[in-house]
Amino acid sequence: MSEAKGKQSWFGAAHRKLLAEPIGIKNPVTVLVLGICSALAVTAKLQPAVVMAVSVTAVTAVSNLVLSLLRRTIPNRIRIIVQLIIVAALVTVVSEVLKAFAYDVSKQLSVFVGLIITNCIIMGRIEAFALGNGPWASFIDGIGNGLGYGMILVIVAFFRELLGSGTLWGYRVIPEGLYAANGGFYENNGLVIMPPMALIFVGAIIWIQRKRNKNLMEE
Amino acid sequence: MEGKKINRNGNLYTFIYATVLVVLVATLLALCATGLKPRQQQNIEAEAKQQILNTIGIQTTADEAQAAFERYVGERYAVSRSGAVNQQADAFYLNLKSELAKSEHEQQLPVFQATMPDGQRKYIVPVRGNGLWGEIWGYVALNDDLSTIYGIVFDHESETPGLGAEITAPAFCKQFEGKTIFEGAQLTSVAVVKGGAHPDDPHAVDAISGGTITSNGVQDMLQRSLERYSAYFSSIREQQARAAMAADTLAAADSLLQPAIEPGAMSNQH
Repeated sequence: MSEAKGKQSWFGAAHRKLLAEPIGIKNPVTVLVLGICSALAVTAKLQPAVVMAVSVTAVTAVSNLVLSLLRRTIPNRIRIIVQLIIVAALVTVVSEVLKAFAYDVSKQLSVFVGLIITNCIIMGRIEAFALGNGPWASFIDGIGNGLGYGMILVIVAFFRELLGSGTLWGYRVIPEGLYAANGGFYENNGLVIMPPMALIFVGAIIWIQRKRNKNLMEE
Repeated sequence: MEGKKINRNGNLYTFIYATVLVVLVATLLALCATGLKPRQQQNIEAEAKQQILNTIGIQTTADEAQAAFERYVGERYAVSRSGAVNQQADAFYLNLKSELAKSEHEQQLPVFQATMPDGQRKYIVPVRGNGLWGEIWGYVALNDDLSTIYGIVFDHESETPGLGAEITAPAFCKQFEGKTIFEGAQLTSVAVVKGGAHPDDPHAVDAISGGTITSNGVQDMLQRSLERYSAYFSSIREQQARAAMAADTLAAADSLLQPAIEPGAMSNQH
């Protein structure tokens, strides 16, 4: 938890690194293996996955920012509770906003919006980063981790929706005429819709990433 | 604040910190909830209209729901437990949950009458009950014999996704179509049978595997909710039966009289 030393420009190399690392070699889902639960649950379709990604990014960024601002005032004994209150409040705001402006999606996501509170990425980044770094760096770190998480969600949801429903964002991609029911040869893969297949997709992404990056290989 | 002047780990500091934080957060959330309430309410109303329209087989988007609802569901009124009609009440704005909390003789139960594009009349009533984790509710559309189910939709507060939550799936709701809720003059409702209903049984459908308690909840909900309307339904059914009987008698009388009258009538005309 060492504070970044010296004066840095707002978009200097250090900050760019904070943004880029969680998307690549420090990805919270594929490298740190956090937030897997919701990655399985909301990735059957692209639209809820994107909304979830945006929601988590917003919550990680803002909670990192707020807690970084408060970091020198928080009594150590109730540190985790204070973090939880801030995160829970932000998640409730997100949930209310979704109910007002994206009602259908909020119904699809149902309990998973509320469960953002328990997403390990958020508490993990607050504990590991925001409590030891300045507000701006913490905000950037939150955005980076949210995007890193969201990117995996979107990749998995892309393949699951395409292979499982033949649609993308609700629009038909694989023509109706190709389906067996209409005299064609094609059939949607029902298995891809099931949560376990999301795990296999995430596994495949981890495999590809480790294959290409020597630093991530384990002995 | 370097932490030397104030003891950040003292009881007093911790206590005040927690209090101030909680009050601030609570205020923020209250403001947010109040500010967004009207928009959320709009969404909920549009969804209820979509669901009602769904029971009569009309699919709309949330934006079009209002216009379609006005077009098809023209008559909205309330009935009492004894079957008395109150035309003043708008069924859509009656809150079934708060009505059910009242004593039996004060309850106003919503009824929607829809006119289909082909001129047929459907009666739509809301139903409400409990699932496993929370409330479940829905709308039942009946043909104008007030017994045959034309369409049905269910919704739920927090049933388990993939199990109890499957009551909203079209596959589950479709089973109800064509089932009847009356056997003669007796209200039977529709049972939700674990292990599968006999396909020819007019009063039963299959339950959801793994969703037993929610399935039972649906069965209880239908039984109890339809019972509340049974006086009203029965009174209309009796009227219809009387009208049909009168028509029959007339027809019978006609056919009896026909040969006798006809020659006379003919000759009179000449």
